[in-house]
Amino acid sequence: MKQSQKFLYTMAVVLAICWLVPIYLIGISALSAKEAATAWPKSLLPLHISFDTLSFFVHYTGVWKAVLNSVIVALLTMLFAIVLGAPAGYALARYDFKGQNIYRVLIVMTRAFPLAILALPLVTRFISVGLYDTQLGVALVHTALALPFSILVSSSLFMGIPRELEEAAWTLGCNKVQAFMKIVMPLALPGMAATMIFSFVISWNEVFSASVLTLNNRTLTAFLFASLEESPLHFRYAGGFFLILPSLIFIFVVRKYLFSMWGISNR
Amino acid sequence: MNAQRTPYLLIAPSVIFLLVLFIWPLAETALMAFRTADGTWTSQYVSKMLGDLNFGIALKNTLILVAIVVPLQMVVALGMAMMLQNMDRGRMAFLYIWTIPLGVSDLAAGLAWLAIFNDRGYFNTVLSGMGFISGPTSWLSYQNPAALFVCVIIAEIWRATAIVLVILVAGVQLIPKEYNEAAEVFGASPWKRFMKITLPLLKPSLQSALILRTVLAFEVFAVVYALAGRDLPVLVGEAYNWQGAYQNTNVASAYALFILVVSIASTLVYLKVLKVKRETLS
Repeated sequence: MKQSQKFLYTMAVVLAICWLVPIYLIGISALSAKEAATAWPKSLLPLHISFDTLSFFVHYTGVWKAVLNSVIVALLTMLFAIVLGAPAGYALARYDFKGQNIYRVLIVMTRAFPLAILALPLVTRFISVGLYDTQLGVALVHTALALPFSILVSSSLFMGIPRELEEAAWTLGCNKVQAFMKIVMPLALPGMAATMIFSFVISWNEVFSASVLTLNNRTLTAFLFASLEESPLHFRYAGGFFLILPSLIFIFVVRKYLFSMWGISNR
Repeated sequence: MNAQRTPYLLIAPSVIFLLVLFIWPLAETALMAFRTADGTWTSQYVSKMLGDLNFGIALKNTLILVAIVVPLQMVVALGMAMMLQNMDRGRMAFLYIWTIPLGVSDLAAGLAWLAIFNDRGYFNTVLSGMGFISGPTSWLSYQNPAALFVCVIIAEIWRATAIVLVILVAGVQLIPKEYNEAAEVFGASPWKRFMKITLPLLKPSLQSALILRTVLAFEVFAVVYALAGRDLPVLVGEAYNWQGAYQNTNVASAYALFILVVSIASTLVYLKVLKVKRETLS
């Protein structure tokens, strides 16, 4: 038994190292001098930390605007996803209603479809209604991506809060809205926050629809993607690192809720 | 508030939203692939797509990637899930590290691996340090398609195994511990327990993971572009080119529709091959 545990942990550590190495390497690539990107051979240790590359990146024309656009789009997505998703999740958790299954199928379908590609027909429509090349337009498409998660996670959150707590509040004189706001909401809040963060990450990372729906108001992913071919290596490394950084923190914060986000399809 | 109407009121906003931004674009994509701007039906866009020089190559590349990446990811994720199940300590730490790529954009993942597989990258540095190569060697060029594929496959496995892992770990948690304990009492070896208890009971999760991962794998795009540029055409990339570079939304829509059809077809195949009782799926 002891031996097999040793083997298990060795394997696990090896895998964990393999999983961390790419992040470490793009990290030191981004934190090196510009010339280091094309230097040979590379140094595997961060011996010459320099903020040259990063400062070149953030001062490059258009980058700050793209970062700002990305943040705005992601915040809007987060807001839409929770405002649309939380009530629906509550309905799924607390009520038995006709058409419930069709609704569930619709949500699961949304998750299992190559959704980003559906941005193509939206280009023409968005141009005609003035949403093309706006943060709102991209955020709407990203909301379609994030909504299924938002609904399924909030439904599992509400399911985890005993109905009796709410009923007790009703008998003590709260109306349904008050009971929800005073009893359910505080209990669901951490999970809700995780859902919102996850929506943020989905939006922050999305490339395809952001690229086809914008031209001058590029998000960071769309900006980097559009400049892949002509930008120097160090610029790309800094961009990649910049994209990864928030995700690292976010995934750490939401790690407890990962299962209700992806594992839900088992129930 | 009428209790009967409440749930409908609660889901209404999301239903309307999904109708406008999911169902409607879905229909529109299908229409645009078969209809000209003035409304006449035509198959010219589809034949243009099929006749496109890159179509066959992109389809082949995408299929090769899906066929190699998805099974490997299932095996790696299953292995990881089993390791986590048998860990006494440190489960959360390993789970966090292994699921980090879940939050990493496909573009960023591609760029991270570019830093490694680039001709002056870290991989070559290590190889030359060990004396295998004498100087910068190019792996990411169309002259060496096998190496290019391997690099993309490694990057994809790193990036997207986490989704499968999370689904499988959630599935493992649903298996009652007593089953395994009972089998252990009766002297079943760990391998036998895995084959006879864990694997069969994990089938619904395996199926969900397989379907989700396959559908997503057909969308492979930014990782490939970051690593290979246009040297390795894939389906979504072609849709992007037709939309962006060639300004032809109709052919782009034909590509999108094609990807959709392939995704649905593969889902149906999985559902048929891996028969799972209907009610175990959501």
